Amino acid sequence: MKNTDIVDNQYLRQDIPSFSPGDEVKVHVRVVESGKERVQIFQGNVIAISGSGVAETYTVRKLSYGVGVERTFPKHSPSVAKIEVVRKGDVRRAKLYYLRDRTGKAAKIREKRDR
Amino acid sequence: MAQRAIVGEKVGMTQIWGDDQRIIPVTVLRVDPARIVQVKTTERDGYNAVQVTFGNQDASKLNKPEAGHFAKAGVQAGRRLVELRLDSVDGFEVGKEICVDTLTAGEKVDVTAVSRGKGFAGGMKRHNFSGQGASHGNHKHHRAPGSIGSCSFPGRVLKGLRMAGHMGHDQVTTLNLVVVQADLERGLLLVRGAVPGPNGGVVIVRNAVKAN
Repeated sequence: MKNTDIVDNQYLRQDIPSFSPGDEVKVHVRVVESGKERVQIFQGNVIAISGSGVAETYTVRKLSYGVGVERTFPKHSPSVAKIEVVRKGDVRRAKLYYLRDRTGKAAKIREKRDR
Repeated sequence: MAQRAIVGEKVGMTQIWGDDQRIIPVTVLRVDPARIVQVKTTERDGYNAVQVTFGNQDASKLNKPEAGHFAKAGVQAGRRLVELRLDSVDGFEVGKEICVDTLTAGEKVDVTAVSRGKGFAGGMKRHNFSGQGASHGNHKHHRAPGSIGSCSFPGRVLKGLRMAGHMGHDQVTTLNLVVVQADLERGLLLVRGAVPGPNGGVVIVRNAVKAN
């Protein structure tokens, strides 16, 4: 509950699925090129969630042709058309920055199994 | 001087998304309709201004001079009396209300408020002095101002030399902020960027006098 809720509430998106660090997500990003809008998919692991309320952001990391690429999205941004959770990850910390120093099998995240 | 002005209360800072889907950092100001209590004119008072009040005040919390002042104007007592200096007071009458819609989205405004008090602050915080070395044999003079003058000539410290002292709690005006939204229904004004003072502080918003 913040003082600015009166403004924030109308900008909060209700259609965002819940996900946490370690999850693999597909972020459908709206891209405007030469006046045309299309949707680009950015698929990777959520390695950090920071902020709260309308200012919450998440960082997605993927490997693109062997190069690590990270993008940080505002959770409630209208430029994200959709977020899909592909896979739940089983991790033990909130920030997975250690993945930056790892490649291959060492950078694999275990899948979360329902008990 | 300004043509239009309103008084509001700082609610806090947040962010919203603009039409280009980019984040705009905004300060939220609550602007209740301001009731005009007195109109001041050059002939009578030496300057042009409207004295306004906003919000509600318990009648038992008013002293007799205040109660009499509101009664004379025939206006419901409010939380504060604020004067808005204007170029001309034509069209302003006692009892009328000034609302947020005097300002429109996209307009440049100046915001005046009393900044947060910092108490007695040293030269580093107050005047951005560099301080002194952390090492090289320095002893207990890490944040000291250094030399404050010469020796027997002039034999005194020059007036106005910047030193430690009370910082903040000054009237500060931030120029040329842009109005993002002026919402009459909810009585909210969203201004791009930061506004002086703490949340809950009284701010005066006027149309920009040094725009362009």
